[in-house]
Amino acid sequence: MKYLALIPLALFAAPLAAQNQDLGEPMQEGQAVETIEEEGGLTGSVSFEGNLDDLGIAIPAFATDRDVATPANANGTAALGVELARVITSNLRNNGLFKPTGPDSLPTPAFANITSPNWATWSTRGAEMLVHGYVRARSDNRLTVGCYLYDMALQDRLVAEGWVVAPADWRRAAHKCADLVYSRLTGESPFFDSRIAYIAETGPKDNRTKRLAIMDSDGANHRFVTTGRSTALTPRYSPDYRQLVYLSYVDGNPRIYVYDIGTGRQTLVTQSDNPTFAPRWSPDGRYILYSMAVGGNTDIYRVSANGGRSERLTDAPGIDIGGSFSPDGSKIVFESDRSGSQQIYVMDADGSNQRRLSFFGGRSATPEWSPRGDQIAFTHIAGDFNVAVMNPSGRGFRKLTRGWQDEAPTWAPNGRIIQFFRTERNSGRTSLWQVDLTGENERKLPTPVDASDPAWGPILP
Amino acid sequence: MNTRIATAAVLSSALALAACQKKAPEELPPPPEDVTTTTPTTTTPAGPTVGSMEHFLAAVGQMNTVVYFDTDRYNIDAEDSAKLQRQAQYFSQYPSVTFTIEGHTDERGTREYNLALGERRANAAKNYLVSVGIPASRIRTVSYGKERPVALGSNESAWAQNRRAATVTIN
Repeated sequence: MKYLALIPLALFAAPLAAQNQDLGEPMQEGQAVETIEEEGGLTGSVSFEGNLDDLGIAIPAFATDRDVATPANANGTAALGVELARVITSNLRNNGLFKPTGPDSLPTPAFANITSPNWATWSTRGAEMLVHGYVRARSDNRLTVGCYLYDMALQDRLVAEGWVVAPADWRRAAHKCADLVYSRLTGESPFFDSRIAYIAETGPKDNRTKRLAIMDSDGANHRFVTTGRSTALTPRYSPDYRQLVYLSYVDGNPRIYVYDIGTGRQTLVTQSDNPTFAPRWSPDGRYILYSMAVGGNTDIYRVSANGGRSERLTDAPGIDIGGSFSPDGSKIVFESDRSGSQQIYVMDADGSNQRRLSFFGGRSATPEWSPRGDQIAFTHIAGDFNVAVMNPSGRGFRKLTRGWQDEAPTWAPNGRIIQFFRTERNSGRTSLWQVDLTGENERKLPTPVDASDPAWGPILP
Repeated sequence: MNTRIATAAVLSSALALAACQKKAPEELPPPPEDVTTTTPTTTTPAGPTVGSMEHFLAAVGQMNTVVYFDTDRYNIDAEDSAKLQRQAQYFSQYPSVTFTIEGHTDERGTREYNLALGERRANAAKNYLVSVGIPASRIRTVSYGKERPVALGSNESAWAQNRRAATVTIN
């Protein structure tokens, strides 16, 4: 550990300036993506009736009308078209969805064929579905990306959509196309066009550096938000992606801060000498839940995202901590050891009607309500730590993972996939993993260094 | 005043870290430059400064500066209270000394709960010291949850060493 790292560990009250000491370069807020209607829009029904895992999808390079260099790709829009198709292919393949074939093993269609495929070219490739798309540089320096899904058996278009994006956001167009294909073929809500906040970890087990970091849902556009000088933990994106709440030891004590991405400034969630933990947003972004220990007793509080007075929601003598709103904002599922061990409870959003949900044997912790509302994911502790789900009435227990220590589940925006972090026995090394609701398709997410505390945000605005 | 507090903070943090790692000398940063400005009186330093971690350790013994807990528990048992009484003697003898109690957990718990549990353990030790007459205003608590283990294995013996409340002096 370097000397500098010791200095922020100041005592009782640190100067306000200390609050920004651990922050890296300011970031820019994302730009909005404009959706445009593609000619034809939604048409016929899908002809394929087999298992969707076996559904072959050909995703050749996106075509361009005029090959010009843009800030998105100095080699031109044709090269960008290849990249777009690669991102879509990786998205589907990495998530165990369908049987995609990417642009590197397929011919490139002509621009004119995007709206009118040359069926003969594709019928021999064994794919039931065909994705076509184009990318065009606009005079205002933005890009238009169109995305078309065709059913090979019907020789008909199933869906089409287009987006206008800033060059820096070109990957979002690919994610939106993957989402369009996924949603059209499965009937599920989209999830690719979203981001993840997490904690990047480096260093030995007894002296870990823990930094707040963010990335796209596929790991791209990765960046560190804090420098690592102070320990950062448990981030959550605000629903509009304009703020992050997280725990930082920047003044020497564990405290929840609200970090504003646009301005690069951060503020304490509440002015108090007491430690605060476990921040959460309400689905509408108007409230923040946090947990605060007073004299060793931790309870859950709610405060307006704009600041102001906090309202205490629990008053049990044990540890009440965490909290996750139901999607309609009416209920909060949370963790409490009032029974003697960590268990999951539910209450109304004002703190009333508290009752226990988990009766599974062992301990149950870190509940997270699915964005669909139909499931609650949590950490089940019975010897090993594993991610499990139950329905909101506390029934339908299913264990989804088998690691030695898997904890802190977070939901994909569509409630079909769960990410969590896994700690390796002895070494203490951590990594992000995901698993789908069936318990299938478990995979490790690529991160530049060790990683924990994933928090998957909603679909980007 | 501000600089003195900042200096104390740096020193105590360094000492806290050194105490955690149980190997003081090489890990210590050079002292800040303004540390000797006030009283260049004593010619022969007779030993560690009162209230320094070194002084505290020498007076109460290393083993008495840390109390240990059972899994998920935070009660002060007979062994713990003997250690805390030894600490209380020291803090009664040197009433200007302020200090921090750091609460820790083992790795076999979820991160957020462990932060709350570490805080509860630190407070249990603090409450004991207050009950035997040490003013609460001299005691700061901080929880590190499972983030700062001293024993690095993943086994019962390592976990037992990590479930602890460690007293660290800060002046």
